[in-house]
Amino acid sequence: MKRARTTAGVLVAAAAVALVLVLPHWLSDARAAELARAGCFFIAILGLNLLTGYTGQISLGHGALMAVGAYTTAILTADHGFRDLWTIPLAGLVAMAAGFLLGLPAIRLSGLYLALATFAFGVAMPALLKKFSGLTGGSAGINLFDKALNRSTGALGSVHVLGRTVATNDFLYYLTWGIGLLLAGAAWLLVRGRVGRAFRALRDSEVAAASSGVNTAFYKTLAFGISGFYAGVGGSLFVLVSNWFVSPSTFLFDKSLLLVVGAVVGGLGSLAGMALGALFIQFMPSWADKLSSAPGAPSVFFGAAIVLVTILLPTGLGGLLAKLAEPLTRRLYTRSQEGQ
Amino acid sequence: MALAVDWAGVAQQIVAGLSSGGTYATLAVALVLIYRATGVINFAQGELAMFSTFVAWTLTQHGLSYWSAFAVTVAASFAGGIALERAVIRPVEGRPVLTIAIVTIGLFFVANGAAFWIWSPEVKSMPNAFSTRPIQVAGVAFSISDLGIIGVSLLAVLLLWLFFRFTKVGLAMRAAALNPESSRLTGIRVTWTIALGWGLAAALGAVAGLMAAPPLGSFDQNFMQPILLYAFAGAVLGGIDSALGAVIGSLALGVFLNLLGTYVSWIGTDLRQAAALGVILVVLLVKPSGLLGTGIVRRV
Repeated sequence: MKRARTTAGVLVAAAAVALVLVLPHWLSDARAAELARAGCFFIAILGLNLLTGYTGQISLGHGALMAVGAYTTAILTADHGFRDLWTIPLAGLVAMAAGFLLGLPAIRLSGLYLALATFAFGVAMPALLKKFSGLTGGSAGINLFDKALNRSTGALGSVHVLGRTVATNDFLYYLTWGIGLLLAGAAWLLVRGRVGRAFRALRDSEVAAASSGVNTAFYKTLAFGISGFYAGVGGSLFVLVSNWFVSPSTFLFDKSLLLVVGAVVGGLGSLAGMALGALFIQFMPSWADKLSSAPGAPSVFFGAAIVLVTILLPTGLGGLLAKLAEPLTRRLYTRSQEGQ
Repeated sequence: MALAVDWAGVAQQIVAGLSSGGTYATLAVALVLIYRATGVINFAQGELAMFSTFVAWTLTQHGLSYWSAFAVTVAASFAGGIALERAVIRPVEGRPVLTIAIVTIGLFFVANGAAFWIWSPEVKSMPNAFSTRPIQVAGVAFSISDLGIIGVSLLAVLLLWLFFRFTKVGLAMRAAALNPESSRLTGIRVTWTIALGWGLAAALGAVAGLMAAPPLGSFDQNFMQPILLYAFAGAVLGGIDSALGAVIGSLALGVFLNLLGTYVSWIGTDLRQAAALGVILVVLLVKPSGLLGTGIVRRV
């Protein structure tokens, strides 16, 4: 059964890659831009899933970690002459360091108290960004579009990659989802191995994990660090897809809440579900907008959708996907049995 | 520069701080009520309180006095809280805590959006609950409104304590929160005690909203959000499973915030929330279960 599930996993991954590759042919430019934003959320939610879904630690501050990544990219590109694409891994690393720091209280706090610690970080971030305006440009933010036009890939129009010309938004779409799938693969490898076992042991019982020799303090902060890396990369890309612009109001506390919503609606612990969660938080508000444009109405529909999905799908959209794919998994299982 | 401390000014700031702290305390106790019954922080608590406040505002627009609108709204919020629990929380009972928390986040969006939808985005203003005239005590001018808010908040919490301490229903609710399985075996309908908890929390929230709105002068649909944040912080500071702790934590937080905003100019208004949360974080790192909370001891 395990082998069949792995085969099914590989098939799903291959289908996902193929889908990502061909999708822009049928998409309008605006839709590609929206999907690119969803890609950023996907990456950040992958990180949150590693933290909450696998180690069981709650973070209400992942929007702030995205902000750390976003500002790393913006500052390096605008003030230090870096090319924007090269800052993406750097943004990940800086946010990873921030994630480690955020994880330090986690050694002592758990559950709700940890939630408050990360919540404090999420709430404080916009204020801190405004306060240290010498570095961050204050409430006006940083606009790479004016400041570093030739260093911002795609800001001057279409992009040339491997001898082909790609429209800017298509490029951003390929960039975010390409990196997203890569990081999803990395996450998959991570949770299958030793680290993943330690993470799950922490989630299921910290005491049992510690008594079987898992270094709980190390793995807790490690989970925060890795999760921070993902959020940082997501944040960095978010600058590019938001017209090369970032300001404190890009990462208000609601981003942190939305990421948690995306992770739970997608189905914690399911990697494929995270993509659905990302699409949910990107597209659900704009669909709600179309239903009625009266003030407040979209918010009502969005909230109602969150409530309904949570009530009706205990394992999230990812669980629904797994259930739909079950006939396929079972077939593979029978086949592999026959083959033996 | 002489270090002359203006003690009258400090006393005024402390009373003003206790007054906003009293509002946080009322909402914090509502959070504690639901937390103890279900282990969940209700993210929608502030928005539900905001909704109640808007209902009361409508009543005052139709000619009711502040205090009759207050009474009607608190009663209606109690019923509304129970109905809400039956409709959306009952279906997820027994699911992981995070799932229930997400439902309350959904409720947050629904309540906030519905208030904008019903009452349009213009700011409202509420008649004052208390006289705005100051009174002199030992040469210090205190605002009657501040003292009144402190009084009402403490009275609400006291009534709740009496209810839990001296009524059979209150006892059943405490038992259900402590040990749901055994309580069910003794004939307590545990799921109804949770619904009752939501009703009481919504009623307390209405009190908090109705105390918070008039001093603001004008308020809109987002006015409870910072208050929820401080209530959450105050409750955790005091120990999230202790109602008394939540009251003390919230009052302390209110005073601290007020003094910070008045006397530390570097902090200003922008960093007030951040500074408050930072201090709480430090307290928690030293004492992880809050000031009065019980440490969690688990059998493994």
